[in-house]
Amino acid sequence: MLKKLTAVLLLATAFSVPGVAYAKDATLAIRMTGYQGPPAYLAVYLTKPDGSYDSTLWVAGTQSKYYRHLRGWIRGVSGSGERLDGITGASVGSGRTMEVGITIADALIDAGYTIHVDSAVEHGAENQDDVVLPLTSANSGTVVSGSGYVSAMAVTF
Amino acid sequence: MIRRFHSLAGLAAGVIVALMAITGAVLSLQPVLDHLATPSSGSMSVAALAEAVSTQLPGVTRITHAASGAITAYYDAGAGELAASIDPATGNVLGATAPSPVFAFFTELHRSLFLNMNGRVASGLAALAITVLSVSGLFLLANRLGGWRKLFTTAKGTLSQRLHVELARMGVLGLIVSGASGIAMSLNSFGLLPGTDAPMTAFPSNVDGGTPAAISTLSALQGLDLSSLRELTFPYLGDVTDVFSVITANGQGYVDQATGAWLSFTPNGLGQTIYETIYMLHTGQGLWWFGALLGLASLSVPALAITGGLIWWVRRRNQPRLVGNVPARHADTIILVGSEGNSTWGFATTLHAALTQAGHKVHAAAMNSLAASYPAARQILVLTATYGDGAAPASARNFAARLRHFTPVPGQRFAVLGFGDRSFARFCRFAEETQQAMQDLGLEQLLAYESIDRQSAQSFAKWGNDLGMALGHELTLVHAPVVPVTSTLTLLDRTDFGTEVQAPTAVLRFALPAGEVGLIDRLLGRTQALRFEPGDLVGIVPPGETIPRYYSLASSSRDDVLEICVRKVSGGVCSEFLHGLEPGQTISAFIKRNPDFRPQAGRAPVILIGAGTGIGPLAGFVDGNRRHQPYYLYFGGRDPASDFLYAPLWRAALADHRLAGLATAFSRVVGGRYVQDSLREDAANIRKLVASGAQILVCGGRDMAAGVRDSIDYCLAPAGETVTGLRAKGRYLEDVY
Repeated sequence: MLKKLTAVLLLATAFSVPGVAYAKDATLAIRMTGYQGPPAYLAVYLTKPDGSYDSTLWVAGTQSKYYRHLRGWIRGVSGSGERLDGITGASVGSGRTMEVGITIADALIDAGYTIHVDSAVEHGAENQDDVVLPLTSANSGTVVSGSGYVSAMAVTF
Repeated sequence: MIRRFHSLAGLAAGVIVALMAITGAVLSLQPVLDHLATPSSGSMSVAALAEAVSTQLPGVTRITHAASGAITAYYDAGAGELAASIDPATGNVLGATAPSPVFAFFTELHRSLFLNMNGRVASGLAALAITVLSVSGLFLLANRLGGWRKLFTTAKGTLSQRLHVELARMGVLGLIVSGASGIAMSLNSFGLLPGTDAPMTAFPSNVDGGTPAAISTLSALQGLDLSSLRELTFPYLGDVTDVFSVITANGQGYVDQATGAWLSFTPNGLGQTIYETIYMLHTGQGLWWFGALLGLASLSVPALAITGGLIWWVRRRNQPRLVGNVPARHADTIILVGSEGNSTWGFATTLHAALTQAGHKVHAAAMNSLAASYPAARQILVLTATYGDGAAPASARNFAARLRHFTPVPGQRFAVLGFGDRSFARFCRFAEETQQAMQDLGLEQLLAYESIDRQSAQSFAKWGNDLGMALGHELTLVHAPVVPVTSTLTLLDRTDFGTEVQAPTAVLRFALPAGEVGLIDRLLGRTQALRFEPGDLVGIVPPGETIPRYYSLASSSRDDVLEICVRKVSGGVCSEFLHGLEPGQTISAFIKRNPDFRPQAGRAPVILIGAGTGIGPLAGFVDGNRRHQPYYLYFGGRDPASDFLYAPLWRAALADHRLAGLATAFSRVVGGRYVQDSLREDAANIRKLVASGAQILVCGGRDMAAGVRDSIDYCLAPAGETVTGLRAKGRYLEDVY
């Protein structure tokens, strides 16, 4: 309980003084499977310990009309009023690898938060929770495999 | 200017534009195939469809309704999503479906060349290039044919030029639609078109959360017809707080799974609706027949790219190379050239060399490069062609504007020489206007205005004599147009006619040299190739001469013999040489194509009118008429006993229907008359033939051709048709000498 409170406090500080302290620069690496179709849209986001949506880490794919296919994420982000500027990049093609820098607040690590990846391809499948990875120090750099278009993912922080 | 732009854009983008066109044509098949494969739909509510599908596929996650009418259900069968196609009339599962890997491959190739962002930029630039090429091409075509109203008149020129024009005319509208919509789609994919993207709608906060009701009872879905559905996404199984997401033709919204009510609905903005239309026009999805038409139109692009490249290359190869051009401010003689192709430049080069040899300091330039003044110049010589229906040729388009800022030096004199083709109604119109403009400027005339018909080297040499006289020294202009590579032909046999009527005429047949010439040479319009059709010209260089004389061919190279019909003209160097030939003797000759003098293909009748040796090419046409198109021949001669040329051919052709009718006119017999007279007597028949689409081909001397024009105008007057009108439609052709 105390830990959680600290986390909330630290998070608030992190947001009020962005980029100064209490936030870690992290690296997100994703390798796609070989599939038939155009580049995939991906949403990488965090959920709170209670499973509800917290925040977006990265979105691959720039046209918002396709975001509805990232089902778990769109449900959370659409009501959040979050701005996606600076955390959006190109969609990722079959068999390709993507590596981007992201920022994770220190306080969220080992605090019951979970990283999720939703993926979708035009005329293909929509995968909610293609990858799920608890945000723990132990998982930093761990390679996990996905169940949909994501072949493997690792977050290093 | 436009030509240069069009050429450069075509050269730069030809390959990628052709690739886009080919892949686009393949992709245009997709909506057609989808249309054929999709069963027709009845009227069904979305509620009924969703109920039917979810009963058969319990793990259904969403249902999509494509523009083609195809309905696909995606369902989770435990190991990832699968897709099944659904009968739009009943909601029954028809079987598993998957996007076609072939079309997926071509779609990705078409929009990004498998190069992600860079590829998308390239694809967008290709769309821009095809639009720019289409529009600039339209302007060029209108210029070339003499105005927008004449955009659909017959194209002339070499095979590649005609192919380029004909294909462009068929495809251009489709290409502009494809290109412009492609530009819009490309801009959209880079997020540069505001308002085309659907807004992110917030997940509703007022979800009921009660027990989900049976899908068939949900009122919002009951009130929605399948025809307006685009996509229906089911709530997560077991998650009572989730909702149905619905996209319709008009917008998107959420439906509560317990109450069946709309929780929210966001209608499409105007930008989205416009963009959807653009998307439909480009892809044909939802408008399969239009997509198929665009696909057909884009098939013209590879051929346009190839013929365009060839035209550019031939033009470039013919570019003149001046030796010792003096700078304008030092030159005592200025030569200004108005040229569309490069033939006038050829004459200018000859003039430049001759004047330089005579000791002049000569500067030659395009008319567009007219300076503000020429301080050292004593004379300004303007050599110009006329483009289309009296317009300035490419290298003279800015001349009139520049002339307003031109200041002549006192004592400067000028001469204008026009180049053109008398068979055009406005022969040398631009040259005449230039003459007038120079006069209005107050310049003194060095020589009276002259014109050169069809690049006649003889007339040019004569003008050179006059110019030399005016300049006070000898001036010999020997212009050998494209110096052709000649072949040696051996005379096989000759038949003589007309000696009794003082019109000695010989039909000469030559053996062709061995050796093959490829297809590329024909596309290039190479003149030295010994491949020819009746109506083409053979250039013969008499021994000791440099300037060739041209004769119309009466045979095709497929006949393995070159046949001409030559009238002996007293004092005519070449005709006397040819009349003196005996079998076994040889000549030096080359072929000059004359692709604009050919009978039309098809079933419409063709009226052939010839007199004297003008009969030659017409005989070739009749001989080759194996499809038995109705050909009517009007023959003019002097005496049937002496110069009834090709009489055995006419008899045979009438018997086997290569010739549908023959009318003869002989002038040196009792009651003699000319071919012009027999045309007038046959006026009703000629009117009837022209009304049924007949084309008229005339071959003979200048006076005869003028007489025939009068007669045909007389024949057609009651029908309101004229020679000029027919000529504009490519239905009145002349080969006049």
